Amino acid sequence: MSVDTATVKKVASLARIAISDADAERLAPELNNILGWIEQLGEVDTKDVAPMTAVIPNTLRLRADVITDGNQREAVLANAPQGEFGFFTVPKVVE
Amino acid sequence: MSTLTDLGVAAIRNGVRDGEFSAREVAEAFNTAVAGADALNAFIVKTPEHALAAADAADKARAAGETLKPLAGVPIGMKDLFATKGVQTTAASHILEGFKPEYESTVSHKLWDAGAGMLGKLNLDQFAMGSSNETSYFGNVISPWRRGEGDNTPLAPGGSSGGSSAAIAARLCPAATGTDTGGSIRQPAAFTGISGIKPTYGRCSRWGVVAFASSLDQAGPMARDVRDCAIMLEAMAGFDVKDSTSLDMPVPHWEAGLSADLRGKRVGIPAEYRMDGTPAEIEALWQQGIAWLKDAGAEIVEVSLPHTKYALPAYYIIAPAEASSNLARYDGVRYGLRELAEGQNLQEMYAATRAAGFGDEVKRRILIGTYVLSAGFYDAYYTQAQKVRTLIARDFDNAWSQCDLLLTPTAPSAAFELGEKVDPLAMYLNDVFTVPASLAGVPAMSVPGGLDAGGLPLGLQIIGKPFDEQGVLNAGLALEQRAGFTARPNAWW
Repeated sequence: MSVDTATVKKVASLARIAISDADAERLAPELNNILGWIEQLGEVDTKDVAPMTAVIPNTLRLRADVITDGNQREAVLANAPQGEFGFFTVPKVVE
Repeated sequence: MSTLTDLGVAAIRNGVRDGEFSAREVAEAFNTAVAGADALNAFIVKTPEHALAAADAADKARAAGETLKPLAGVPIGMKDLFATKGVQTTAASHILEGFKPEYESTVSHKLWDAGAGMLGKLNLDQFAMGSSNETSYFGNVISPWRRGEGDNTPLAPGGSSGGSSAAIAARLCPAATGTDTGGSIRQPAAFTGISGIKPTYGRCSRWGVVAFASSLDQAGPMARDVRDCAIMLEAMAGFDVKDSTSLDMPVPHWEAGLSADLRGKRVGIPAEYRMDGTPAEIEALWQQGIAWLKDAGAEIVEVSLPHTKYALPAYYIIAPAEASSNLARYDGVRYGLRELAEGQNLQEMYAATRAAGFGDEVKRRILIGTYVLSAGFYDAYYTQAQKVRTLIARDFDNAWSQCDLLLTPTAPSAAFELGEKVDPLAMYLNDVFTVPASLAGVPAMSVPGGLDAGGLPLGLQIIGKPFDEQGVLNAGLALEQRAGFTARPNAWW
C-alpha cells in the first residue's frame, strides 16, 4: 500500500498540522519508506495472541472520591499564550 | 581545585560528609566547567544558583552536625524533559519555548529532597525523539569525544539523552537524569563511555515528565560508574500516586547490595542479536564481555529471543501512535507557542501552531502515529504491533527459564558523525539492540566496555528480569571492574 500526497495531507489535517504542497510531496516517499519497512510485521503469526495491554503486571488503583487539589487558577493560567478574566481565550468558535 | 569535577557521585557525597571539601567548592567547580563548555551545547538553561543553594544547605547541615541527605552536596544535570518549577522546560521544542512549569516532576522533586542541586537543564532530541541529538530546536549537542588527534569531525553524543551523556563524559556534571523510551539512556551512554540504567517500567514516576510514548517512557540515571547509577536510582525511584503505572513496591538499597560476585548466575547470550553488518569490533567486545562475566563466576548459556527482528517495526508503530495521542495537547491554548494570523479560526490556529512549533522528526512521528491509528488501518498496524509486543515480552519470559540476565552489545556502531544519517529509517535502526527490552518493560543498563580502533567508546548491555535492577547493576559492576575503562575525551571545548 502506498501513501500519496493526498493521503499525507489528509493525515496532516487529522493531526492538525498545517503542511504545504511541497512538504506533502517530500513526506510521501519518506513515510512510504518507513511504512513499507513496518509491513514486515504482517508476516508474524499472531493468531490467538492477545494484544499487549500492560507490560508489567500492575493493578489499577482506586482512591477515595474526594477533592485533593484546587484553587489553582493563577497557576493554571500562568503559561497561557492568551488569557482574560480568569479564562483561556481562543478565536471565536461560534458565529 | 579543578580536579573536583573529576569526582563521581559517591566520591563527592563522601568527601563532603568527611569534610575533605565543601559542597560549595564542588558546586562552584562544576558551575565553572558548565560555563566554559558552551561549544558542546549540552545545556539549554544553566542554573548555577540552584546548585549553589543546595550546596550551601549541605554545608550548613554538616556544620550543624546533622545527618546528611543521601545526595547532599552533589550537583547534577536535569534532562530538559522533566518539569522543574519556575525553570524553563522545553523538551527541546519550540512549542514549549518559554514554558515555566508551576510544578515539579516527581523524579526531580525526589532528587532535590535527597539534597542534590541542579546545574541546569540538559539538551535532548526534541520530545526525546531521536538517536543523535540532532532534532533539538536548540541545536545539536556535540559529543566531547573525537576520533583521534587532529580529527575535528563533530560526532553524535547519542540520543535522546545526548545532553546528559555529553555533559557527564565532559565532566560538566557527575551524574544526570535521562529518560529511555527505546534506548535513550543506554545508547547515548554507550556512545560517550559512561553508564546508564533504564529500570523496570514503573520504577520511576512519569509524573511531570513530558510524555512521548507512555507505555514505554521510563526515567533513569546516567553517571560515570555503576555505583553512582545505583545511588541516583535509589533517589529517583519509588511509588507515586500521581502516576497510574507507578510500581507500588519498596525501593531496594541497590548501592548496599552491589556485588560483582556472579557465582550462581546464568547469563544468556541471545543468538538473534548477532546481526549481519555488525562491526567486528562490536562482536569482539561482546565475546570479551562473555569472558569477563565468566571470570566473575557466571555461567554462560545460549538463548533464543525469536521475535527480536520484529521489535523495531513494532516499536515504530507503538511509539508514534502513543506520541500522536500524547502530543495532541500542544494546541496553542493552555501553554506554549500560539500562531494565530489575523482572521484565522480555531482549527487554523491549531494547525499553524503545531506546524511552527514541532520539528521535522516530531511531525514525521505524529503523522505516522495518526496514520496507523486512523480508521481502516488500526487493526492491521496498531493491533498487530501490540500482539507482536506480547510475543516479544513472551520471548523474554521464556529466556528467564534458562538464565537470570542477558548480555548484548548496546548499539550496532560507535558514535557516528553528526549529519551522517540523513535517512530517518537508518537512524531508527541504531536502536536495534535497545528497543526489545523497552517493549518488554524490563530493566537494562549500558556500561562502557572499551574503545574501537578510532578511539571511540563501545558499550555492553545487561538486560534483567522485571524488578531485578540489582542483578543488572551487579553484572554491570563485574564488567566495569574487568573492563577498567578509564578513557576520557580530551578537552577541546
